[in-house]
Amino acid sequence: MLIRLISGDTPRSPILAAILLIILLGLAFAPFVFPGTRSVDTAARICIFIVLVASYDLMLGYAGIVSFAHTMFFGIGAYGVALASIHMGRGFDALVVGSVSGAIAAAVLALVIGLFSLRVRAIFFAMITLAVASAFAVLVSQLSNLTGGEDGLNYQIPRALTAAQRYLEEPFFGVRVNGKLVNYYVVFFGSLIVFLILLRIVNSPFGRVLQAIRENDFRTEAIGYRVVYYRTTATILSAVAASLAGSLFAIWLRYVGPDTTLSFDIMIDILLMVVIGGMGTMYGAMIGATIFVLAQNYLQNLMGAAEEALQSVGVPLLPLFLNPDRWLLWLGILFVLSVYFFPTGVVGRLRRRG
Amino acid sequence: MHDVVLETDNLTARFGGHVAVDHVTCAFRSSELTAIVGPNGAGKTTYFNLISGQVAASEGTVKLDGREITRVTVARRTEMGIGRAFQLTNLFPNLSVLENVRLVVQARRNKGFNLFSMAASHGEITDAAEAALGRVRMQDLAGQTVSELSHGNQRKLEVALLIALDPKVYMFDEPTAGMSVDEAPVVLELIEELKSDATRTILLVEHKMDVIGQLADRIIVLHNGALAADGPPAEVIASDVVQEAYMGKALEDA
Ligand SMILES: Nc1ncnc2c1ncn2[C@@H]1O[C@H](COP(=O)(O)OP(=O)(O)OP(=O)(O)O)[C@@H](O)[C@H]1O
Ligand SMILES: [Mg+2]
Repeated sequence: MLIRLISGDTPRSPILAAILLIILLGLAFAPFVFPGTRSVDTAARICIFIVLVASYDLMLGYAGIVSFAHTMFFGIGAYGVALASIHMGRGFDALVVGSVSGAIAAAVLALVIGLFSLRVRAIFFAMITLAVASAFAVLVSQLSNLTGGEDGLNYQIPRALTAAQRYLEEPFFGVRVNGKLVNYYVVFFGSLIVFLILLRIVNSPFGRVLQAIRENDFRTEAIGYRVVYYRTTATILSAVAASLAGSLFAIWLRYVGPDTTLSFDIMIDILLMVVIGGMGTMYGAMIGATIFVLAQNYLQNLMGAAEEALQSVGVPLLPLFLNPDRWLLWLGILFVLSVYFFPTGVVGRLRRRG
Repeated sequence: MHDVVLETDNLTARFGGHVAVDHVTCAFRSSELTAIVGPNGAGKTTYFNLISGQVAASEGTVKLDGREITRVTVARRTEMGIGRAFQLTNLFPNLSVLENVRLVVQARRNKGFNLFSMAASHGEITDAAEAALGRVRMQDLAGQTVSELSHGNQRKLEVALLIALDPKVYMFDEPTAGMSVDEAPVVLELIEELKSDATRTILLVEHKMDVIGQLADRIIVLHNGALAADGPPAEVIASDVVQEAYMGKALEDA
């Protein structure tokens, strides 16, 4: 039963299994184990980025397609929820309509881009996605009447999902049982379901064809698969999953803006997370997203603490490098080291050992 | 006489100014094994590429069962029954031997767009793939990664993929090239078995004259891309064109 749930794709390494279990349990019980607004917010972001990175891995790691439009699809899902919540008024119906129409829009756009450009060389597809994504970002910032432009959109979500809604008078294991807690579990289970579906897709007969295309597209065509249809379908599925991740993000944040969903910085973050975790493994997304989001949120604190500690014992020079403002430098160093030592990502490395 | 399955009419491939295949008109019938011979660079592989679709015809047509397929995509031609093994090994290097064959069986059974079932749960596909591996005596290597196989085994796997596809038209491009003396007979016996099934049409590019003499019902000779001779083996081998253009070469090879 459990094996079927993960589509027979077992971690194949005891250490990896243990790490994945820790991440899963950590996220499942985050509000209780790591109470506090900031840590729960970090946990929700990890859930969402796991789906976003996993959906990107479906394209890059399995089908071997390089796309720079992934944040566009993420943004479409997020803006879908935002626009529906504004125009239909707060409510669950708006969340559903926004998510579904976002997913449909993402699918249609992916279909068009795919059919136009996946026939030709891979580099051409990559460039088209870059162009379309840039144009989309410009469009969103220009159409400020609709999208709020650079400021983005604030909107209301159902009261049942906000801290204003109390479900229990007494705290449960020290945690207030309110709408925010419910909202976290909407994000958690939503992400879990999409992740498990993606895991099933990569382990399906279709997923095997994608791997074949990545390995040798010429021969894949020669044994009877129309490669362009498979690539396009992979792009669509990936876009829909990214859009759903965006919708969950919008439900969680109650705000969307270009910086939180569409920016090219996020696109680069996704690439880093896929590579750190391990391409073509799905579980790599869990590890990559967890490491990256944690580093993004806590590296600065850690460095600040280390700087002070070193300063107080009087070590020269070193504290300078540990100044919290240098956190991006350290993230870069972490990235280079991880690619150098684990070229196949953390998952690839652990599996080879196991 | 059996029906014509595959026909090429004035089929031509030009690369820039170079004519690799030059107005080749030829028909292939079911239950017939045709050997295609010719010196290196004669256009044999390019002729195959035109038939299976990897190279677009500059001129002329290809017909399968009387239907013109000159502009049909590679994948669709495969679905229609044209199967091809490649001269230069062309596999999925980082997948297992079994997975390579499974992919072919899965294609043949149209399961590629099955998105939500587990590939591993399709036992019938695995069984058929294992059977095809058995035909080339590679069942014990099923779990190996292809890139780790010996060259000879990669060549055999190339043949196994074609067996798994089980097309109407089998095209073998020097299937035993680079195989050891104990590996080649497995493949040749297999081709002989295929031949005994009257529904199949087999095209075989081969340099070794003893192999051709043993297997072929008919030989065609390509020379500078053009059809230089066509007929029963004894007749063609005795003809001037083969004696001059080809036999000298084949003797050197041997
Ligand atoms: N894609 C291509 N572009 C340019 N020239 C090509 C191409 N493919 C083949 N040729 C040329 O066409 C000619 C025929 O090549 P082909 O590979 O068909 O010969 P062949 O009979 O299979 O030879 P061999 O016995 O060495 O396999 C050669 O001169 C080759 O260089
Ligand atoms: Mg050749």
